[in-house]
Amino acid sequence: MGDTPDSHLARPAPEPIPDPGLEPHEPRPTDVDEKAEKRAERQVASLFGLSMVFAVLFCVCYFALKVGNHPTTWLGMGASNVALGVCFGLALLCIGIGAIQWARKLMGDQEIVEYRHTAASSEEDRVEAVSSLMKGVAESGIARRPLIRNSLLGATAMLGLPAIVLLRDLGPLPGNDLSTTVWKKGIRVVQDVDGAPIKPEDMVVGQLVNGEPALFFENDAEGEPLYEGVRLQQAKAKAAVIIVRMQPDDITPLPDRKNWGVEGILCYSKICTHVGCPISLWEQQTHHLLCPCHQSTFDLANNGKVVFGPAARPLPQLPITVDSEGYLIASEGFQEPVGPSFWERG
Amino acid sequence: MRLLTRRISGGLSAKRRSRFAAPVVLLLGLLITGGAYAALAPANANTKTDDATTIAKGRALFLVGCASCHGKNAEGILTVRGKNYGPALAGVGAAAVDFQVGTGRMPMAQPGVQALQKPPAYNADEIEALAAYVASLGTGPSIPSADQYSGKVSNQELVEGGEFFRTNCTACHNFAAAGGALPGGKFAPSLVGVSAKHIYEAMLTGPQQMPVFSNGVLTPQDKKEIISYLKSSETEPNYGGFALGSIGPVSEGMFAWLGVGVLVGFAVWIAAHTSRSKKKKEA
Amino acid sequence: MSNAKTNGTKPATAEKSSKAAGAATWADDRLGIATMAKKQIRKVFPDHWSFMLGEIALWSFVTLLITGVFLTFWFKPSMTDVVYNGSYSQLRGLPMSEAYASTLNISFDVRGGLLLRQMHHWAAMLFIAAMLVHMMRVFLTGAFRKPRELNWLIGGVLLLLGIVEGFAGYSLPDDLLSGTGLRIADGLVKATPVLGSYMSFFMFGGEFPGDSIVSRLYTVHILLVPGLLLALIGAHMLLLVYHKHTQWPGPGRTEQNVVGYPMMPVYAAKAGGFFFIVFGTVALMGGLMTINPVWRFGPYNPAEVTAGSQPDWYMGIAEGLLRIMPGWETHLWGFTLSWNIFIPGQIAPIALLSLVLGYPFIEQWITGDKREHHLLQRPRDAPTRTAFLAAMITVYGLLWAAGGNDILAHVFHLNLNKITYFMRGGIFIIPPLVFLLAKRWAISLQRSDNDRLLHGYETGVIMRDAQGGYTERHLPISEAEAYTLTARERDHIYVASSTVDANGVAAPAARMDTLRAKLSHLWFKDYLQKPTVEELEEGHHHAEIEHEHDVPLEGHAADGHQFDGRHDIAGEELRQH
Repeated sequence: MGDTPDSHLARPAPEPIPDPGLEPHEPRPTDVDEKAEKRAERQVASLFGLSMVFAVLFCVCYFALKVGNHPTTWLGMGASNVALGVCFGLALLCIGIGAIQWARKLMGDQEIVEYRHTAASSEEDRVEAVSSLMKGVAESGIARRPLIRNSLLGATAMLGLPAIVLLRDLGPLPGNDLSTTVWKKGIRVVQDVDGAPIKPEDMVVGQLVNGEPALFFENDAEGEPLYEGVRLQQAKAKAAVIIVRMQPDDITPLPDRKNWGVEGILCYSKICTHVGCPISLWEQQTHHLLCPCHQSTFDLANNGKVVFGPAARPLPQLPITVDSEGYLIASEGFQEPVGPSFWERG
Repeated sequence: MRLLTRRISGGLSAKRRSRFAAPVVLLLGLLITGGAYAALAPANANTKTDDATTIAKGRALFLVGCASCHGKNAEGILTVRGKNYGPALAGVGAAAVDFQVGTGRMPMAQPGVQALQKPPAYNADEIEALAAYVASLGTGPSIPSADQYSGKVSNQELVEGGEFFRTNCTACHNFAAAGGALPGGKFAPSLVGVSAKHIYEAMLTGPQQMPVFSNGVLTPQDKKEIISYLKSSETEPNYGGFALGSIGPVSEGMFAWLGVGVLVGFAVWIAAHTSRSKKKKEA
Repeated sequence: MSNAKTNGTKPATAEKSSKAAGAATWADDRLGIATMAKKQIRKVFPDHWSFMLGEIALWSFVTLLITGVFLTFWFKPSMTDVVYNGSYSQLRGLPMSEAYASTLNISFDVRGGLLLRQMHHWAAMLFIAAMLVHMMRVFLTGAFRKPRELNWLIGGVLLLLGIVEGFAGYSLPDDLLSGTGLRIADGLVKATPVLGSYMSFFMFGGEFPGDSIVSRLYTVHILLVPGLLLALIGAHMLLLVYHKHTQWPGPGRTEQNVVGYPMMPVYAAKAGGFFFIVFGTVALMGGLMTINPVWRFGPYNPAEVTAGSQPDWYMGIAEGLLRIMPGWETHLWGFTLSWNIFIPGQIAPIALLSLVLGYPFIEQWITGDKREHHLLQRPRDAPTRTAFLAAMITVYGLLWAAGGNDILAHVFHLNLNKITYFMRGGIFIIPPLVFLLAKRWAISLQRSDNDRLLHGYETGVIMRDAQGGYTERHLPISEAEAYTLTARERDHIYVASSTVDANGVAAPAARMDTLRAKLSHLWFKDYLQKPTVEELEEGHHHAEIEHEHDVPLEGHAADGHQFDGRHDIAGEELRQH
């Protein structure tokens, strides 16, 4: 390039060995052998040609192969996805490999030299820029009129307020929502998915039932579900429970929890106290409950105590009893907030 | 022995009366054409006269292959520290035996945190005999009949089976039934390729650390739906190409790095100076 | 302009290029692009494979933009409840969010939709991996040094944005896995002191899971973050062009120049070709390898979870930290502070990011090196830095493994709890060991370089001298290689100027100065410097003496002597046996 080295850049003395300078350029076979050159040319062109073939094949496969629940399959794989991916991929790769072969074999390969410059501007430019800026500042009078300057600063700073205030309606305030669930006295504990109520005698020792409050399967007076959509998801995210049955002798309840179960059947929140994954990996022999997300482990025979992992608090227990028809019900709501910790939890 | 048979079958029908919800009984009635009794205990019905010999054969097998851990009368053996060496088997039922022995978990090859699946050590007749012997010790779940775990279900039932599966099973067995880890070196095995009967028996009896999903809560119909869902998932094509083990994002991340490796390889090729003299001298 | 060359012999071409010239003139009349183009068209880019790692990231990003635009045609970012009626029968009739239903629609009913989804996801994984690999290259070679610190900062922010973008995308399909991820994110947010619950409610538009998060993340995912990414990538490239690319030292390659191929045509062809290769590789991955089979996870249900619930690999570090933290929580005056979540979820990522972003300035302060650098350092010539990266990679690897402890336990039949216990200790013990090992290793490599310079390379020719002793013949390396090995600077340990002020009292500034001198000493003390002219001469002299030992053998038919580097061996070959 036409310019010269920048004198501002560091020029460490090449020691202990002097710089021998750039190696001489040596030609490639394609530079000296016309046959090799023609061969390379054909190679590149056929790669580009092959790419076209694959592009056409892509379109053929798009229309020929079925998708949906009963797709065309090859070797147990969805043929459409595989064929489209392979055709598209090869079409692209052929262009890429062709272009690079072109560059490697046929384009000029003489390395050239360009000189660098310091990132910094020259001293004169700096002086000129600063003096222009000072001139502008002086003409605006911003330094001489602090009243204008300060009131402007104040005004722009204040504009931050509307921007922040606008975010207020992103959502409602938490209020008491994190501390409460839909559980209260008398609500039946039913099996998740089908809402079947549970009788103690239906459960054998070692049994696990993934439960929900019966409310989620009930309709209001107009026949509409009590909970659906977002409300159902929000309520479920806190109210899901697991019901397990152990040998009553194996359970060591806290003094105030002696009557929280029915014949060795206990009910715990399904929501991990760590960050809130639903947990149901219950080992019926050790009575340990493992969270699949971060492996917090709770001992359900010992009041949900943490025996391993990052969770800090025991799993909340739901006191249960049976109603007049003999089905399991909550005898009270949860005595503490379920799920992960939060600041106001106490 | 006739008395014993009556006790088993009586126990079963009593259980059916008390535990099956009415609609399920109706549905079963539709599905089972040869009568509920024959459906539930076909083996008993056909082999009534052989019961005594079967149980005797089972006991003989038991004394040779099982008694060293479970005790001569299957009363169970405790270790010095009071832990279970081999649990008592009265009341575990024929289904438990059929599952444990039929999947090769029992007899265990060596003591360990968990009995592993391996080729069964006994043939079908011997397993039946062992099951009959253990069933004779106390009432427990019997081996399910084929129409309990297989047969057509509607698409709606299949979808509900998926919901049951995701609610009750995926936490341990993974979303693709590929299995997962449990504390202390234990694990929930993959369900892919496990026979429908054994899946049913596992839910019914809760082998090892697996909780029980008794018929009283998770009805036979629910179980059948779950099994149908699993079986239909097995025959699903891999829509997106190779499944990469279906164990979630960790293996996918590994493959992503493999992709980066391939692309770095391409970069090395692109920048390689094939015909430059410097390259030759370095070599 | 260039059309001048094509004129003359072929009139047709000339006509064509005069048309092109017409168009160029039209544009230049309005834009004045020729002034800029004349410099940039033949701009020099040095050629080395490690300079193309950033390109992988760039082209993955372009792939993401292209596939992403297609996906937006069918994806519906809505959490409205719908009943699925598409062709995937295993979920037909289930209530689910519109987002999940439309993802199923893309996967099963839009031809090529699944391919686009999988390509998009694979490209995202590659994007972040390639950014990291590129960053490691820049780090190891010292390319972040002055004047390129700002570009390092931009790169660090790009990485962060890439991860945020990836997490937002992971959450959009609203399947069981993405919902579980969001739930964990909600737990992390709730652990924020004082503001946690409010932040959670504002994020989700109410209580988790709410009905807003998918559409909000969609805006973040397709507008906000990609916009920032584009702008910053633009700035990143502009600075690259302004600073000109760094280069490896070598004959004729100095701090004042840059040697390589011109942008037109070689670099344009190579970079353009590489785009197609990256795009093509992503297409092959999307076609052949299943990624995130959302249909198997089912719609999000806050009462369901699956074994193997992991984030995508780039979040592995946060996941691992969450898993190995002990359950520490403080309850004071009616408030809860969850260290077990707050530390791994918020403090650690911020600390790590600050360390990454601040690294160039920390190193600059310790070494006191404030000069511009355009020649790269080999990793072995900066052993402390190299060892630091090795330790950081170890931390990352360990935490990713900790984040996949259940998968490791299941696949390799290990004990889940023991892996966690191992990681709790290992995270403090193994990286320092790796640091020491890597540092010694780098210094050994420096030593081997010096050996090559002083004694030449090992020829594999064994010589027996008159006394019957055996030596291996070393031959001097080429001048070009010798120059390349010595084209690095000598390191200088920073020395504190004065530790006390005029009154003999240690001033705070002086104390910092002492600390800096100490750190600089620790940093450099074991480094090997390149030989001086004298040392080189002595090395060569030593070789001469050795040669004199062999003089009595002169004329004897000892096969191989002629290859000792001092004889003319033109036309000779080792005797065939």
